Amino acid sequence: MNADVLLSVIGLQKWFELRKGIFGRAGYVKAVDEVGFELKRGEAVSLVGESGSGKTTLGKTILRLYKPTSGKILFDGKDITNLDPKDLMWYRRETGLVQQDPFGALPPFMTIQRIIEELLIIHKIKGSLGSVERVHKALEEVRLTPVEDVVNKYPHMLSGGQQQRVVIARAILLNPKLIIADEPVSMLDASVRIEILTLLKELQEKHDLSVIYITHDLSTTRYFSEWIYIMYAGKIVEKAKTRELLRNSLHPYTKVLLNTIPDPDSENRFRLRDIPPGEPPSLVNPPKGCRFHPRCVYIKEGLCNEEEPPEIEAEKDHFVRCWLYA
Amino acid sequence: MRSVLLEVKDLYMYFSTRKGPVKAVDEISFKINRGETLALIGESGCGKSSLAKAITRLLPRNIDAYKGHVYLKGEDLMELDENEFGKLVRWVKISMVTQAALNSLNPVIKVGQQVAEPLTIHNGVDKESALKKAKEVLSLVGIPETFAERYPFELSGGMRQRAIIAMALVTNPDLIILDEPTSSLDVLTQANIMNLLKKIKKELDLSFILITHDIALSSELADKVAVMYAGQIVELGDAETFYKSPLHPYSTKLMASVPTLRTDKKLEFIPGFPPTLIDPPRGCRFAPRCSHRFEKCSEDPLVVNLGNDRYVKCWLYEGKGVE
Repeated sequence: MNADVLLSVIGLQKWFELRKGIFGRAGYVKAVDEVGFELKRGEAVSLVGESGSGKTTLGKTILRLYKPTSGKILFDGKDITNLDPKDLMWYRRETGLVQQDPFGALPPFMTIQRIIEELLIIHKIKGSLGSVERVHKALEEVRLTPVEDVVNKYPHMLSGGQQQRVVIARAILLNPKLIIADEPVSMLDASVRIEILTLLKELQEKHDLSVIYITHDLSTTRYFSEWIYIMYAGKIVEKAKTRELLRNSLHPYTKVLLNTIPDPDSENRFRLRDIPPGEPPSLVNPPKGCRFHPRCVYIKEGLCNEEEPPEIEAEKDHFVRCWLYA
Repeated sequence: MRSVLLEVKDLYMYFSTRKGPVKAVDEISFKINRGETLALIGESGCGKSSLAKAITRLLPRNIDAYKGHVYLKGEDLMELDENEFGKLVRWVKISMVTQAALNSLNPVIKVGQQVAEPLTIHNGVDKESALKKAKEVLSLVGIPETFAERYPFELSGGMRQRAIIAMALVTNPDLIILDEPTSSLDVLTQANIMNLLKKIKKELDLSFILITHDIALSSELADKVAVMYAGQIVELGDAETFYKSPLHPYSTKLMASVPTLRTDKKLEFIPGFPPTLIDPPRGCRFAPRCSHRFEKCSEDPLVVNLGNDRYVKCWLYEGKGVE
């Protein structure tokens, strides 16, 4: 095993059971289905997909906030797939989560000092630095200065951008190795978004963090990550280095996604964008074969609608689940 | 030359609070021609949605000041009393698609009836012909007529948003105000709705005011762009020149903060926060965050007319106007 690799996800599945009545089983929501990738130390990847594609479930399963249905998660060489919550405490210290809605992520009745300090209490951490100093240091790192003004405030007294900085400060407090940022800027204003993403990037480089950046917005990924993974209906359909993916996308779904994102240009108003018919499939009964085939213009009858495409390395370091490249 | 549809002149709307009046709309003027779309862009809290409310006279209870002129096809709407305004203008000539539109449908009323409702209320059309017209408009926005008999929960997010657009179209208005029409939708659905709006704009020769903080999205529809900051329009220009070369220091910073997919550029953000609208800075309101500020900026800048419908409210352009 490569020592550079921090996290390996192998054939990971997370299915939610649907119940009918008391005993009946109506089926499963296959939110994450056979997902695999490796994340190196200090590397940032973007996980891109529409809502309902399973990207948040994947993030939460990796953090072991959900128990995987099957597959394996290796962190730092250790198998954490089936550990009990009690044995997961060390893993919680090694990972951090930045949620989408900062206000919802911060308890409204606690001061900022108390919110961040709580982690030290839960993990029974008594370092050479006192807890007050540790909280101050974390807040300085996310540039919520002057810290003295912030620590005694309640979340509602801060702006959205400041709240998100508190969430980030909390996520990095225990010096984790992996941060999962789940749509960290989608609730923020456009110019604040860049400020927060720039901060995350700086922290990532400074502390050699691995970051999984979950987003639906492809346009921010090129500034943030080295790799892009595209998710559709519970599966990762394309994996490539950021520049390569944006320049030379292979999967028909990725092409569609890229085509719908405008850059500011006054010519846009005269152009209609090509959008495939239909909607993403239900994850209870996903289509047979390739899950994108009912909306795909390149469909090969008898193949795409019958057999599931394997992950193909179409070009070096460029993986795609599509029969066009078999 | 297209005729002027809407002219807003020196419009003010202040809210009263315990700390003093909030200057949400502060001396705003602009014009929109028939068939033209004006994109109103700015950060949240800059007064974009308040401006939409001021135009449609949806005033909150704590109104402090509301004055100025709103001319629709030459007629000053501010002269109308509340009753006349509701009967002749709101939802008849000017309709609206609001933010969080996904929640603005009534869950227990069939979609068709809801789309028909503005006709029965504002135009006094009988229920049957209103429903017939509603079905026509539904198919115009790409919803099968049979869906008129369904309830909102039976429609997907994109479909519901189309139904709301149908509701805004049903009275044949001259102007539709779109307040963040796609902000809660997925990327593909968003592109779909923008396609629909482009089609409607072309086919019906309608005018839109598109309110958004997403600059890339604004370019999908805009013929003209107005940049708002702290209750005021700081720059106004046509789309072709604006997206290529914004002039006001705030506009340039805003454009520099837009991530682009196809070109490399260094992203910037604007340091500091937008000011409170209760006690905005004296002089230019952007001056405390501006890298170009000089002594003059402590005085309120005049709006400079640069010709070709381009206006900028900044001292850097003093003396460069055409007048």
